[in-house]
Amino acid sequence: MSDAPLLQAEGVSHTYAGGQVGCVDVGFTLYPGEVLGIVGESGSGKSTLLSCLSGALPPSEGRVRFAGQGQGMQDVFQLSEPERRLLMRTDWGIVHQNPRDGLHMSVSAGGNIGERLMAVGARHYGDIRSEALDWLGRVEIDAERVDDLPRTFSGGMQQRTQIARILVSQPRLVFMDEPTGGLDVSVQARLLDLLRGLVRDLGVAAVVVTHDLAVVRLLSDRLMVMRQGRVVESGLTDQVLDDPQHPYSQLLVSSVLQA
Amino acid sequence: MTQKVMLQVQDLSKTFTLHTQGGATLPVFDGVNLAVEAGQCIALTGASGAGKSTLLRSLYANYRPTSGQVFIRHRDVIVNLIGAEPRIQLEIRRETIGYVSQFLRVIPRIPAEEIIAEAAVAGGMDDAEALEAARALLQRLNLPERLWSVPPATFSGGERQRVNIARGLIRSFPILLLDEPTASLDAENRNVAVALIMEAKAKGAAIVAICHDETVRAEIADAVFDVSLFQAAA
Amino acid sequence: MSALQPAGSGAQFHSIDGVYNFAYLDEQTKRMIRRALLKALAIPGYQVPFGGREMPVAYGWGTGGMQVTASILGVDDVLKVIDQGSDDTTNAVSIRRFFNRTAGVPVTEATTEATVIQTRHRIPEKTLREDQVIVYQVPMPEPLRKLEPRETETRKMHAFAEYGLMQVKLYEDISRHGEITTTYDYPVEVNARYMMAPSPIPKFDNPKMHAMPALQLFGAGREKRIYAIPPYTKVRSLDFNDYPFEPQQFDDPCALCDAKGVFLDEVILDDKGNHMFVCSDSDHCRDRRAEGHMGPRAREAAEKGYGADQ
Repeated sequence: MSDAPLLQAEGVSHTYAGGQVGCVDVGFTLYPGEVLGIVGESGSGKSTLLSCLSGALPPSEGRVRFAGQGQGMQDVFQLSEPERRLLMRTDWGIVHQNPRDGLHMSVSAGGNIGERLMAVGARHYGDIRSEALDWLGRVEIDAERVDDLPRTFSGGMQQRTQIARILVSQPRLVFMDEPTGGLDVSVQARLLDLLRGLVRDLGVAAVVVTHDLAVVRLLSDRLMVMRQGRVVESGLTDQVLDDPQHPYSQLLVSSVLQA
Repeated sequence: MTQKVMLQVQDLSKTFTLHTQGGATLPVFDGVNLAVEAGQCIALTGASGAGKSTLLRSLYANYRPTSGQVFIRHRDVIVNLIGAEPRIQLEIRRETIGYVSQFLRVIPRIPAEEIIAEAAVAGGMDDAEALEAARALLQRLNLPERLWSVPPATFSGGERQRVNIARGLIRSFPILLLDEPTASLDAENRNVAVALIMEAKAKGAAIVAICHDETVRAEIADAVFDVSLFQAAA
Repeated sequence: MSALQPAGSGAQFHSIDGVYNFAYLDEQTKRMIRRALLKALAIPGYQVPFGGREMPVAYGWGTGGMQVTASILGVDDVLKVIDQGSDDTTNAVSIRRFFNRTAGVPVTEATTEATVIQTRHRIPEKTLREDQVIVYQVPMPEPLRKLEPRETETRKMHAFAEYGLMQVKLYEDISRHGEITTTYDYPVEVNARYMMAPSPIPKFDNPKMHAMPALQLFGAGREKRIYAIPPYTKVRSLDFNDYPFEPQQFDDPCALCDAKGVFLDEVILDDKGNHMFVCSDSDHCRDRRAEGHMGPRAREAAEKGYGADQ
């Protein structure tokens, strides 16, 4: 991990039209290769925060800055729309809770994975295909399925296809929104292992939003606990989970059923 | 901090506040001062509940002290672990302080040898070398070979403990925190573990250990530190 | 054989059905369309919206092309109209007669004599000249429509040159069929910037669009879009480096005039399954036969003693 920050949130707040509070005054610095978990229950503001951080929703206040390639920190929302769209297709990735939001369901798995490559000018069919096959292997999907449509895949496979599709462009930062939501427990487990391995091997930084403490325990180095729009505690994951300081953090940790 | 001191605890205090129990406070220790030099092993003693584990965990930033400092010699610079940026705390854990805990937090579905190799890879060893080193250690610790490629979830206490030890000692950490390193081990494996610890010590590691087994304590520790002397007022 | 007819009188033209402005559209509309054409030429391949008018022909029958033709036609122009390469199909005849009635401009079937050529589904075989204009009839101007139904999105994709999705479509073709299966309306990249739908011409004709000396104008009446390619502009058909664009190949020459390297139509001869392949470009075929070329069928007929024009 280097000394230069990768993502910086400063006083990020968002209030929806009509006065509903999303998130309030969130700030943190993320370094290359770090995985930050954000936990909270429904209404905690974590999804709003993720939308702001990932360039999808301009915050009402505050800034989100990202270290562009070869440039200094840039305010994500000061970028022009094409620059931001390009960023979101290359250096960033978003793993959606519902794979349907992150995949073209009527394009084959290979086409989905190759899309990011083709979007930035890849023009050799053979190369694109072999990279797609390589990635299918890395996310433990049978190579035979490369020409199949994602709608014929199970939920876990769709999710893994989504991950491959994003990682193919070697992003430096990946946002994940409930990456294991809606999956069977055993499928969740396998997916988490995969994510953990990939994130470590590729040195990708990640922001993982979830309500599931087991997910952050396994995946993230650092943790932020959110409640009613605010960050109530933050620190190393094991510290926040083993020695929570804030009343709400203690409540959250003690509420988790131990298997 | 003199050149040889690797770890210096200054005025460390810890009180738990249990908000879920109506804000009840649980004071543990108060005003702990301790210095550990390279090549030195200090054993924490004190009755059960005195705060030995709590202190050890505080030295790893796993528990957050209520007040005080923990100075670490990290990359030849003195850094206060308490209050350092998470990035620095993670760096310290990666490079400077190793922790052998009493309970192996089971990372599910990862085979034993890989858990150990991971730790070596994190320290810069290449994958193949790390796996070999992991297997060599497991061999030394007498873990049956058929268990090497099995995730430790189904291991016995002693088997898990050996995985723990291997994971903590595969790299030459400048500072080692050992929480009951020989618990659950039979005599033969206890000796192996002690040998490994002594080797680390010989390489210059500064060690803080909790060891209720007096024989082992006598073998590895240069001094004892009684945590109960710093018992916080209720 | 050309059929030059006397020029009309000018601004107003009395036709059988009443009084129309020259070439049917009022002058303000023509100016609006010419402004759109100028904008389209300034941004080759970019779809310019225009205020399409009602034409006395339903959508899908060439109203866009007709509006473009109407806006650029002058008394000195000579008009050729083809449909599927032929001057004598119903629609070509119909549109040619329309302009004859409302503008009185000379009309011709000879490509070399025309100054304005309105076409549906083909580009003539003869290389067009700098003083000629070809007007294409376009049903669906948006090349990405089948992949992305939202207009809001396709506009952004053009604005930001985000054409990855089209490349994905070609990838899908190859992965499913072993080759790119699009045979007409094959997407092109114009001036190394905009992706364009060349109208449903066979991909055989795509290479003709590249660096064409003539002016190429495109009109889509139902979608109300105009686009254009200035002369000598780079037009590249999309492909992969290892699956390069290949126009269709024909095994046999034209059965009548023996032309090779031209686009052929299949003509069914009887209900016993006999067929022959002849030039789609009827003017080109006629010229070659006039020069004495004879294809296999024509030779057969000559041997049997029938006339050359079978």
